[in-house]
Amino acid sequence: MWLVIIQLKIGIILTFFSLLFAVASLAERKILARIQNRRGPNRVGPCGLFQPIADGIKMLIKEDVVPRKADRALHFLAPIVMVAPMVLLFGILPYGGGLTLVDLEVGLLFFFAVSSVSELAVFMAGWSSANKYSVFGAMRAIAQMVSYEVPLVLVAITPVMVAGSLSLVHMVEDQAGYAIGVIPNWFVLTPWGIVGFLLLFVTSLAEANRTPFDLPEGESELVAGHLTEYSGFKYALFFMGEYFGIFAGSGLAVALFLGGGGAPLPLLQWIPPYLWFFVKLVVLVGIVIWVRASLPRMRIDQLMDLCWKGLVPLAFVNLIAAAIWHYSGGGWQGWILAGGLLVGAYLMLNRVVLRSRCSWERKYYLAKS
Amino acid sequence: MTSTEEVESISEKSERLLNISMGPQHPSTHGVFRMKAVLDGETVVKLTPVFGYLHRNHEKLAERTSYLGNMPYTDRLDYFCSLTNNWAYALSVERLAGIEVPERAEYLRVITAELTRLQNHLAFLGFLLNDMGVWATVLIYGFREREKILDLFESLTGARMMCNYMRFGGCRCDVPDGWVEEAKRITDELPGVLDELEQLLTDNEIVVARTQGVGTVPGRKAINAGLTGPVLRASGVNYDVRKVDSYGVYDRFDFSVPLGSVGDCYDRFMLRLLEMRQSLNILKAALNELPSGPIINPKAKNRNLRPPAGEAYGRIESPKGELGFYLVSDKSGTPYRYRVRPPSLVNLTLLEDMCVGQKVADVVVILGSIDIILGEVDR
Repeated sequence: MWLVIIQLKIGIILTFFSLLFAVASLAERKILARIQNRRGPNRVGPCGLFQPIADGIKMLIKEDVVPRKADRALHFLAPIVMVAPMVLLFGILPYGGGLTLVDLEVGLLFFFAVSSVSELAVFMAGWSSANKYSVFGAMRAIAQMVSYEVPLVLVAITPVMVAGSLSLVHMVEDQAGYAIGVIPNWFVLTPWGIVGFLLLFVTSLAEANRTPFDLPEGESELVAGHLTEYSGFKYALFFMGEYFGIFAGSGLAVALFLGGGGAPLPLLQWIPPYLWFFVKLVVLVGIVIWVRASLPRMRIDQLMDLCWKGLVPLAFVNLIAAAIWHYSGGGWQGWILAGGLLVGAYLMLNRVVLRSRCSWERKYYLAKS
Repeated sequence: MTSTEEVESISEKSERLLNISMGPQHPSTHGVFRMKAVLDGETVVKLTPVFGYLHRNHEKLAERTSYLGNMPYTDRLDYFCSLTNNWAYALSVERLAGIEVPERAEYLRVITAELTRLQNHLAFLGFLLNDMGVWATVLIYGFREREKILDLFESLTGARMMCNYMRFGGCRCDVPDGWVEEAKRITDELPGVLDELEQLLTDNEIVVARTQGVGTVPGRKAINAGLTGPVLRASGVNYDVRKVDSYGVYDRFDFSVPLGSVGDCYDRFMLRLLEMRQSLNILKAALNELPSGPIINPKAKNRNLRPPAGEAYGRIESPKGELGFYLVSDKSGTPYRYRVRPPSLVNLTLLEDMCVGQKVADVVVILGSIDIILGEVDR
């Protein structure tokens, strides 16, 4: 019986995320199209709804080209290494309402350990392709992902510190309940929580190689980076891995800062928690797509500057702010102390990072003759 | 294993340098341009432009073709701006053969040339932002407006891009009914679009960080390299053929020439935005003052034109810079010598100077900010 329930849960979770992948790939193209004054895919099925199926069939029957000089074994393994750990991540997300698969005592640690395997996959892909652009993209990916892992972990420590546990389920339980009866006790509604949430969101974007941090793929410079020599279903697997990474990252943000499956209002508590979890997750994925349509890509040195000069120090300050908040009891004193610390740190860091930049002010003359 | 073989060392001490070939099949070389780049990590150490992949024997072909027969060929030079190409060629033949152009035709030429400038710059903004990695959003915003201008071209000349509109001594056909009103409506709408683009782009932190201080060209150097057009003016040099030569009827319009101060990619990008505003001023005045009269000099001979022996150079300010045609006639029906001075090619001469020391991602932004069209570079 126990085994059946577990298998049922696995089935539900995997089906949901596979479907979400299909829907998200369509939604991304539709949303991008709407932002760009286009219609997007509208040929296959009603309103183009069957586009993901058509894409899937196309990817499956496409020729799988492997470069002659490629390291065939690694070239084959890389897409699998990309997707497999991402699927593991779904196992520990706290959906709530009995759908949570495992409540690992070291859930957060597990999350970071497993999610960093994707770096290996990217480098395998780049190295085995025997293409200069691929190696270039892989090098960038390694530099970027290793760097952004630091602020990501530092940010994720703050809720651990406050909740006193590495278990994601425990963390969600810590955010249950409502202050004054209406405002949820989510971590995002504290000064350190909002900063932590934004930091986590930005670093997850970088971890998932999404715009404006899509340098490893950087299509205008590196053709397609580590994906240059991939085609057919292997390419689709990378695509899938990237999306799963976004889902998992969003899921982590929901669990750590957005109260997991908690309802935003006490009135809405009759809706099962896993639905709330998925709604929050989908909203975050939507924001990721929105960002993609509206921002240019950063340069590698600016990317590193942002990480080491901006995000890492801010994450450290955030850690201190969380401690201050915790020990001041979380009232208005906490808001003033922690909030003041964070705003001050942000302004100072902004000046440090800005100092390396050229002046914004430009003068233009209008010559009459 | 394989990758180490591919890392060619160009000298003993620089074994860690990486040779890569950007192009001719590369997503952001604007066609079939190729750059042989030597990289130290992400930094460009050396960059050699290679062109000629699109060479079509344009100049030699022209020497076997009649003067009028060359007109449609000029469309294919800078295929975004066929009308300015037509004008430059017509201008040099008119100088060679001493043909007068009626006033209405001059106005129509100004109107079509400024519309061409507008649509070229709109597309330029999109392509530049595409090179920076924004996912075609700005490109499609630009194309949305460009489409309206192309519709105008279509109803005027019958073609959207290969217009083949100018003739020696005037233009091929008069404007259809309602065309001027439609053009006025579009020029009235455009300032709002430009405001929107300006709001979206000029203060965007990433755009600023990606373009300011990248690919800087000092004014003196730009003059020495023979740069023209917005690339030269971004370096603060006041040189616009429309003002210097006042060809056509440009001296009748009140417009100014925007000048930059630093000469980096940001200035080049801003100059295009500012130039579009000036073009709108010219357009507005030209559309209001459009005189009536013939659109082509009735005495002008287009077919079997045999200009007197001699030479002529006609140049105009095309959206990309100074576009000139040099023609030598030996009294026969075909030019003895036909030479194009393409702004895209000349503006590329400083590419290596702009790129060395920058990151590899900047190379595509710099190339985008020069605004080249390979049809014109290679001919």
